[in-house]
Amino acid sequence: MQTKRSTFQNSWLPYALLAPQVIITLIFFIWPASQALYQSVLRQDAFGLRTTFVGFENFKRLFADPLYLSSMQVTLVFAVGTTLLSMGLALLFAVKVNDMLRSRNAYSTMLVWPYAVAPAIAGVLWWFIFNPSIGILPYILDMVGYDWNHRSSSTDAMILVIVAAAWKQISYNFIFFLAGLQSVPHSLIEAAAIDGASRTKRFWTIVFPLLSPITFFLMVVNIVYAMFDTFGIIHATTEGGPAQATNILVYKVYRDGFVGLNLGSSAAQSVILMGIVIVLTVIQFRYIERRVNY
Amino acid sequence: MVESRRWGSLFSHLILILGVAIVVFPIYVAIIASTHPPGTFLRGVMPLLPGPNAIENYRTALTEGRSQAGAPPISLMLTNSLIMALAITIGKLSISILSAFAIVYFRFPFRIFFFWIIFLTLMLPVEVRIVPTFQVVADLGMLNSFAGLSIPLIASATATFLFRQFFMTIPEEMMEAARVDGAGPMKFFKDILLPLSVTNIAALFVIMFIYGWNQYLWPLLITTDPDYYTIVMGIQRMVTGGDSEPLWHLVMATVVLAALPPVLVILFMQRLFVKGLTETEK
Repeated sequence: MQTKRSTFQNSWLPYALLAPQVIITLIFFIWPASQALYQSVLRQDAFGLRTTFVGFENFKRLFADPLYLSSMQVTLVFAVGTTLLSMGLALLFAVKVNDMLRSRNAYSTMLVWPYAVAPAIAGVLWWFIFNPSIGILPYILDMVGYDWNHRSSSTDAMILVIVAAAWKQISYNFIFFLAGLQSVPHSLIEAAAIDGASRTKRFWTIVFPLLSPITFFLMVVNIVYAMFDTFGIIHATTEGGPAQATNILVYKVYRDGFVGLNLGSSAAQSVILMGIVIVLTVIQFRYIERRVNY
Repeated sequence: MVESRRWGSLFSHLILILGVAIVVFPIYVAIIASTHPPGTFLRGVMPLLPGPNAIENYRTALTEGRSQAGAPPISLMLTNSLIMALAITIGKLSISILSAFAIVYFRFPFRIFFFWIIFLTLMLPVEVRIVPTFQVVADLGMLNSFAGLSIPLIASATATFLFRQFFMTIPEEMMEAARVDGAGPMKFFKDILLPLSVTNIAALFVIMFIYGWNQYLWPLLITTDPDYYTIVMGIQRMVTGGDSEPLWHLVMATVVLAALPPVLVILFMQRLFVKGLTETEK
């Protein structure tokens, strides 16, 4: 890793400058993470009096636990649904906004602000709109003969949290897609147009391939978002229900640790989640390095 | 524009207007709901036009909240959120600009090692190490305090990377000139680096402020004393407190108040916000 060609000489100052960041990282990041690793191989008895070393037992139990496996499946459906829905809409809006000349800024402003809304608030907003007794959407759905109830129907509950999570994320994806579209060289599009390629063909054969690095980057970011940042949406609305239908992994760690007080299992789940974050971060960084290189 | 398409562009406008409608609708509904008396929500479908109770609802929310259910008034939660968001933002910015300065402008033993320690924080979001982090904060006696709300969240790999990236683009000559003129490292930092970084600091400030304001899980864990509730987590207590239906008019007034500060920040500083967002994530 580089420094400047010439650097300052000082034996203690750099350490003093780094100290606040490093101390906070050690106390609040590294130490708890290693505690999670440590607790994941222990088990406490029901009264928290005795702790025994159990090796990989906690992990084995997790992977044999139908509740955990179903939580993984729920997380997968939730993450894929959220990513597809919000990226699809964001790409559509970005392409259309990019075509505009005078109204581009006005539309952008209207589309970017939901980024500021906290996930929990996004959840409460859609929870209200989908409220079975007074919500507007169930009222409309009722007219076409669909009886919406996210308190009893697993599918309805999943749709509710996906819509809320995707809604909040549209603005983020939109900003990146728009930035990507603006860097597509105009000459390429004009050349294709002169050769007689239609708009649709130009989009799929020129613009979309050029956007593929950004699309990939956004996919990773959206999966991370759906897996880890959506705790608030679940907690403020469905609380994992009905019947575990929206019990995503992050919510389960919280429930098992704080409500169920099953520390060993919660720590093992933390370790698995850390593994997932590390893999996703590495993928993201490899992609960044590649992009810098071409 | 390569060819002119009158109808095509009309169609594009139509799609975008629909998109904006989808994006704006939830907040519109919340604003409308916050202007109605409680009776509106007992039957039928939620209102789509403003009602007469706006002033009264916001006054009740701000001064009383749901005091019967143990939730503090919204004004207190707003203040708490502001303190927490500012503490997180300023904390993050100052510790990461200092560490980036150390990493770029000094050569010292274990430099790479420290860099990796900072990098690791990227991989360990609060959500994945909830229980042990809570234990650490509890052991340090930081539950129910502003220090506990902010300090554990102020380590930031992204801000450090961004500052590092930016410092690397500053010409070498700047520092050499400063050294020839006899400026020490801290004087160089204060008089040259900081003024050059103002735009980056501002852009990051916007992103970090939103991040800090919207914290949910952390305040939820470490505050049991209503005096320290923040507004984003407080909403959850209002929604689920009690067995009855939520008091929608108050909940929605709270939602509007909770979403307003960060939304205003984005609307007024859109350019800085987009810059901050696209650069921190690269």
